Amino acid sequence: MLAVEVSHIEKSFADKVVVDDLSFSVAQGEMFGLIGPNGAGKTTTIRMMMDIIKPDSGDVTILGEKLSESTKNKLGYLPEERGLYKKLAVLDSIIYLASLKGVDRRSAEEKADELLNQTGMLPHKGKKIEELSRGMGQIIQFIVSIIHDPELVVLDEPFAGLDPVNTELLKRMLFDLKNQGKALILSTHQMNEIEELCDRILMINHGRSVLYGDLAEIKSKYRSNSVLLEFEGELGEVPGVTEKRTHKGYLELVLDGNTTPQQVLERLVSRGIVVNRFEVATPPLNEIFLRVVGKAHE
Amino acid sequence: MNKTLLILRHEFRHMMKRRGFIIMTVIVPLIAVLLIGVSQLVSGIAMPTVEAATIGYVDELGGFQQYTSQGNITLVRFDTPDDATEALVKGDIKEYFVIPPDYISTGVINRYTLEKQLAASSATTTAINNFLLSNLLAGKVPAATIARIEAPLNLVSTRLTETGAVAPEQGGYGSLIIPFVFSILLALSIIFSSTYLLQGLGEEKENRLIEILLSSVSARQLLTGKVLGIGAAGLVQVAVWAISAPLLLNLASSSIGGFVSTIQLPANFIALAVVYFILGYLLFAVISASIGAVSSSSREGQQLIGVFTIPALIPLWFTSLLMFFPDNPAWVFFTIFPLSAPVEAIMRLGVSEIPAWQLVVSLAVLVLSIIGILVLTIRIFRTYLLMYGKRPGIGEVIRNLRSG
Repeated sequence: MLAVEVSHIEKSFADKVVVDDLSFSVAQGEMFGLIGPNGAGKTTTIRMMMDIIKPDSGDVTILGEKLSESTKNKLGYLPEERGLYKKLAVLDSIIYLASLKGVDRRSAEEKADELLNQTGMLPHKGKKIEELSRGMGQIIQFIVSIIHDPELVVLDEPFAGLDPVNTELLKRMLFDLKNQGKALILSTHQMNEIEELCDRILMINHGRSVLYGDLAEIKSKYRSNSVLLEFEGELGEVPGVTEKRTHKGYLELVLDGNTTPQQVLERLVSRGIVVNRFEVATPPLNEIFLRVVGKAHE
Repeated sequence: MNKTLLILRHEFRHMMKRRGFIIMTVIVPLIAVLLIGVSQLVSGIAMPTVEAATIGYVDELGGFQQYTSQGNITLVRFDTPDDATEALVKGDIKEYFVIPPDYISTGVINRYTLEKQLAASSATTTAINNFLLSNLLAGKVPAATIARIEAPLNLVSTRLTETGAVAPEQGGYGSLIIPFVFSILLALSIIFSSTYLLQGLGEEKENRLIEILLSSVSARQLLTGKVLGIGAAGLVQVAVWAISAPLLLNLASSSIGGFVSTIQLPANFIALAVVYFILGYLLFAVISASIGAVSSSSREGQQLIGVFTIPALIPLWFTSLLMFFPDNPAWVFFTIFPLSAPVEAIMRLGVSEIPAWQLVVSLAVLVLSIIGILVLTIRIFRTYLLMYGKRPGIGEVIRNLRSG
């Protein structure tokens, strides 16, 4: 059973098409990236998945069925712009929102203690939300989105506004969830941020899908025919290399069409050059995005 | 637990802890105490216990010698106006009046006083009036007749039923006071509750909590839970006011004590009052929710809701007209028009009777309006709750109602 199956959804606001014939699916136990620039239609897509707004046409299936009250209980959601009841205490906020996901008070309390402890927020559990810093509030909202042990967690710009320590903490927790077999959807405009996390991605622009599939495959498809090299010794001319670009601390070798990285490595080793780093260059996601979108514009 | 109930409980608790709500609950009885105190003070100043006073008079016509003791006021005769003026300046008398020779044909009495007044006090006027009357009639009719002429009417009304028996409920001002107080409480509570509902929705909309809520519950559950939760808190508030009312009336009993004892409640009043209260509250709650959905901020919503709360207050403005012209067809309109119906119907119950058909139509229109607005609100709720910062035009709302 797929965690999410979206087929041909469309949404317009006041004659402006925001999401245009979008289809994708997310498997269970998968970390999925929904990426695209600001205004691409990511949040609208998520809201349609969450049943917050209805698509003009097309279907959304969550955990094998149309979204209903019982499926909503298996769903965790961290909206892009965050807020909680300012006057309510941290623990009370968590328990109330957990209760709306069908978690009884006692289990909610136990689980909240565990998660607050894990995130180092336990000392703040009696404080009012308005007394917390922005980053802390975000951690609380993340706890709210996973406290009911959901099958599917959708996080809209999860790392925005977090310091490096909390970013690492969040990433670790996301991996834990993935290892428990949960499906996760991360939506962000900072494409490079989730490269290390996601198995598959959907890249959208102006509401349309521009790239969809396995992240490693996409990257290898868009890789430039070059290798990155850090070495000791004298390099000289290397057959098959048409250009050498010097970067800070390493060299990029652009290969001609007939040479493979393997052949280059053999040649370097046979010359007795000490190789400290040898890497097939793959472009970062935002570069791929620019290439894809640029091509679409031509 | 049912999710609607969870939201209801949360909203109720949240509301009971709100500082504004607690202040409002306490302050209304306090203001009532203050008003009663002020009115006692004012009426105490305006109507001092009538103290003994001496008034002079000059009889230029002749024949006004008897009946110089009128209650606490004693009348003293002077021969000339100059003598009277002298006594007035010395402070022997409070004021004096002159009966001129042509009094019988003109009725003019000239009064002289040192005080700056709007008019002669009613006690003085009555005393002079009775003094003149008694002297004019003296010897012509019996003393008992003179007393009757001074106060010819002591009206005692009794209302009969159609069978000719004495009706159990007699009407009069006494039966107006409870409906009047109740309708003021209803209007206040409608305004406060709809403001709180709007604020709550506006807040959730502004901090985007609404997205988390809607990813957990349906728009119908959210709206129903909110409306009922805040409504329950509103009922608690009114209950506090209602319980404090008898205590306050006791406080006030020194000034209007006799009046309180004449209070009678129409037989079906309590049942109808509760029904109208609940329906009236629900109507304004669903209106608030729909305004909360389409307005971009809670402040804007509060301006819009004013358009709807004013009709609820109209019956209160027209209280005195209603008392004097209880049969005007305008009241039928206000009884049936849903926005004014709750307050108007409760007030009319105190003044006269409402024909059964009007009550039935009024309640039916109220219930249908509530259901209709609720259905429409749930339809537009989703569309507009997430459109931040831009309020849709009327035409757009109507288009969305069709397609929503």
